[in-house]
Amino acid sequence: MSDQDFSIDTVEHASSTPDTELPWDELGLKAEEYERIVAILGRRPTAAELAMYSVMWSEHCSYKSSKVHLRQFGEKVTEEMRRDLMVGIGENAGVTDLGDGWAVTFKIESHNHPSYVEPYQGAATGVGGIVRDIISMGARPVAVMDALRFGEIDHPDTRRVLPGVVAGVGGYGNSLGLPNIGGEVEFDACYQDNPLVNALAVGVMRHEDLRLANASGVGNKVVLFGARTGGDGIGGASVLASESFDDSKPSKRPSVQVGDPFSEKVLIECCLELFGGELVEGIQDLGAAGISCATSELASNGEGGMHVELTDVLLRDPTLTPGEILMSESQERMMAVVTPENAEAFERTLAKWGVEYSWLGEVTDTGRLVIDWNGETIVDVDPRTVAHDGPVYERPYERPAWLDAVQADSFAATEAGKDLPRTAAELGTAVAELVTSPNLADPSWITDQYDRFVGGNTALSQPDDAGVIRIDETTGLGVGLSVDSTPRHAYLDPYTGAQLALAQAYRNVATSGAIPKAVSDCLNFGSPEDPPIMWQFAEAVRGLADGCRDLGIPVTGGNVSLYNQTGGNAIHPTPVVGVLGAFDDVGRRTPSGFERWADGQAIYLLGETAAELDGSEYARLHGHLGGRPPQVDLQREKTLGAVLINASRDGMVDAAHDLSEGGLAAALVEMSLRFGVGSRVNLDALCERDGLDPATALFSESAGRALVALPRSEEVRFKDMITARGLPAMRLGVVDAESGELEVAGDFEGGSFILGLDELREIWSAVIPAHVEG
Amino acid sequence: MAQASETPLIGETGSASGESALDGARIGVVTFPGTLDDRDAARAVRIAGGTAVPLWHADDALGDVDAVIVPGGFSYGDYLRAGAISRFAPLMRRIAESADPSAGAGLPVLGICNGFQILTEAHLLPGSMIKNDHLRFRCADQVLRVENTSTAWTAQFTDDEPITVPLKNQDGQYVADAATLEQLEAEGRVTFRYVGTNPNGSRHDIAGVSNAAGNVVGLMPHPEHAVEAGFGPDDATGMRSGTDGLTVFTSVISSLAGSTAGPDPAGGAA
Repeated sequence: MSDQDFSIDTVEHASSTPDTELPWDELGLKAEEYERIVAILGRRPTAAELAMYSVMWSEHCSYKSSKVHLRQFGEKVTEEMRRDLMVGIGENAGVTDLGDGWAVTFKIESHNHPSYVEPYQGAATGVGGIVRDIISMGARPVAVMDALRFGEIDHPDTRRVLPGVVAGVGGYGNSLGLPNIGGEVEFDACYQDNPLVNALAVGVMRHEDLRLANASGVGNKVVLFGARTGGDGIGGASVLASESFDDSKPSKRPSVQVGDPFSEKVLIECCLELFGGELVEGIQDLGAAGISCATSELASNGEGGMHVELTDVLLRDPTLTPGEILMSESQERMMAVVTPENAEAFERTLAKWGVEYSWLGEVTDTGRLVIDWNGETIVDVDPRTVAHDGPVYERPYERPAWLDAVQADSFAATEAGKDLPRTAAELGTAVAELVTSPNLADPSWITDQYDRFVGGNTALSQPDDAGVIRIDETTGLGVGLSVDSTPRHAYLDPYTGAQLALAQAYRNVATSGAIPKAVSDCLNFGSPEDPPIMWQFAEAVRGLADGCRDLGIPVTGGNVSLYNQTGGNAIHPTPVVGVLGAFDDVGRRTPSGFERWADGQAIYLLGETAAELDGSEYARLHGHLGGRPPQVDLQREKTLGAVLINASRDGMVDAAHDLSEGGLAAALVEMSLRFGVGSRVNLDALCERDGLDPATALFSESAGRALVALPRSEEVRFKDMITARGLPAMRLGVVDAESGELEVAGDFEGGSFILGLDELREIWSAVIPAHVEG
Repeated sequence: MAQASETPLIGETGSASGESALDGARIGVVTFPGTLDDRDAARAVRIAGGTAVPLWHADDALGDVDAVIVPGGFSYGDYLRAGAISRFAPLMRRIAESADPSAGAGLPVLGICNGFQILTEAHLLPGSMIKNDHLRFRCADQVLRVENTSTAWTAQFTDDEPITVPLKNQDGQYVADAATLEQLEAEGRVTFRYVGTNPNGSRHDIAGVSNAAGNVVGLMPHPEHAVEAGFGPDDATGMRSGTDGLTVFTSVISSLAGSTAGPDPAGGAA
């Protein structure tokens, strides 16, 4: 039933009117892509077919610019990496075996463009979309994380974007009952007009509950259920996510989807009950490209074809055209394939949860996806040509001409680099200034808007190194997750920068005590049509694929977000890397802070420190970005990881924290501020062993390092372990629970500086609220 | 009855009370479509030594339960007003009937967060909740003072005992007219009060109240998230070590044992 003030462009009509002009360019298609569609069909496409191809062949859905590079993730997989991999790249989300019959699925995805246009809804539906990917694998979602990037903290637009994004991530995730267990936030001018909102979801299932979405079994019925289809999000994947922003074009707000987390919560329970009762053959979530994607992917992943009647779709807006219905990205919808025998039980389950549904058609053996409108055929295509055989581009790429000059511009050669703090007073001031800079300040204004308790299984969450979730309440089996990126380093060298992000996420997971198992990545870059940007992308993917091979953990899925640029200004290359690790028992997770009862425990620094201030937070504080990123040694990361995991397993350490942004200084401050428990350290031995001045020892961001605190009774055993494994380490100081201070001594004028934790906390926790409230 | 957890939960194997007479306490946990903390509430009941009984909002009978928990969440999305739709659920009518002290023993009922909001909407408890004064969702480890230890749900606390439990909500600002607030104070029905900074602008720093008979209690913070060391709030003993919330659940179980079996267990329950 539809108010048709539009004429229906049927396949028959298209065949008889070959010369009709279609608005392929308005839908984001290129001339050669349109010609290819005509060649595939042997005629001009109908308006509905054009709508389907335009969204499915968009950069966002087809990965047409990135595909040739992403192949490396598959090509560089070793047998060792496949061991625990149950489902790899290509499905809704990868699945990893955890042992004891448990499997875990996780994935990170971007919702960048919508979040800039409409921060609350953009971010909310980003969470909603990734959660539906998890459900469609047959898993129960158990936690979310978010990696957020905004422009400068004091820019007026940040005050518009940040509160909306945070409220959206929280509003949606909290309403689904999913604890938010961590993430990251960064402020940098390069994200001013292109903020990044990357959301990760993780779900768990028993091995036997694993489901893949495909339309098999001729005669099986196809059903659409959940929210009704409306006019929101039309062209979200094509004209919004796959183009750069440009002031000359009209507002893209109507392309942003609107979320209803209550509907999604009901949908989660409903889908799990359908899976549990074995009432569905497969479920496909509707995300980018809506019904176009669901029908073409289900059909092409199955064995035959599919025939549906589009007027049976339940609509919020009866004036939608067939093309709009096919492209709509209305949220909280699912498509399922159900055997005729199960149809009645399926309907009962949906009635119980109060979920609307409509039967749309059935699986056929024609090999064609046929879509009718009031019985007249408006789509007749080979579904593979829509879903999988989109264009693949070998985009030209070249090393940016500016990179040599940037790499030659080392921080050490700048005024600030030559004039590093030397005296106790200068060093103390510099540490306080650094840790209260926006990127190292207390993020709890953000994270306190997220429910970290719901479910009762959260063993660690922000601000600890990794989020840790218990899965099996009898054994304590669970997972640890971290998401990280180091875009400033990636800007200086995308290959190394991507590996640094991977190394950091790996290290964080190991620091919590979990054994790293799998990787999901969200690759945020500028326009692929710009050869230097394409080079950044190619280098980052190569770095990541090589890094995963060296660490022995596979990429199981992820997402590419291109066109993150406005005009000629692209974001820094931002490969966000999520690493998932396994716990046999989350009870042995290692916290990141010194605890009050740990008074007198020894503090050890693991790893070596080099003079690596280029691209660091310290350099950022002095307005500098140039030089070479820190070196990556993935064998060292593995050794460090093994030490941290064994220390957790054998109960040797009571706190551990990785060194990354802000180096040793930030790590010491964070470990002390966590529970307001102070410490006393001495830099002499470190400076002497590694040939460093005190400021470089404090602020260098060398990889492969961590701080640990352990009882004196464990020192001998711990030292034996690190010696046996050949990991450089040194005793740096002690935990001092009574002082309420961080005291740093060394060979500098004044002998030592002291930072009062209460005063430091006051400044540290006021930074973000001061800028975003009001 | 979809919400029954098939996964064995911690506490099923060994009860905290160790008193087998209490193990029989059957505590219903209500699930609405958007309820989120039902599994947590059920786990808390188990760890406290009781038996959690899943209840579905659309059912028209309470069945065999000795007490009921209306847990947290967003029962119908809370787009209109938290709890405004849920109060009309068939099961809520049955709960209201059983909780009425004039009709008999007065079923012990606990509303947590969204459950508290539902109980006020259903007029089982006075007052109402509006948006937090800062207008944001806030999740925090919150210190409360237990000011009334004569209710079914607080009997095992000591007077004015400070406890730490998680707080997490968007609509947690407790409001009531002056007369109601005065009456609550005069009758000692402010069961839990925020200590330190008021987290949401609640009148009189009120975190939880009871009805006059003390069998119905509601509070915004989440005692069910503070029942298991390692997964609770941070407290003085260490990270995520707080288990102060457990006493809410052991209180009701022991008060049930007291009311059904009498002081002498040999007396037997009807």
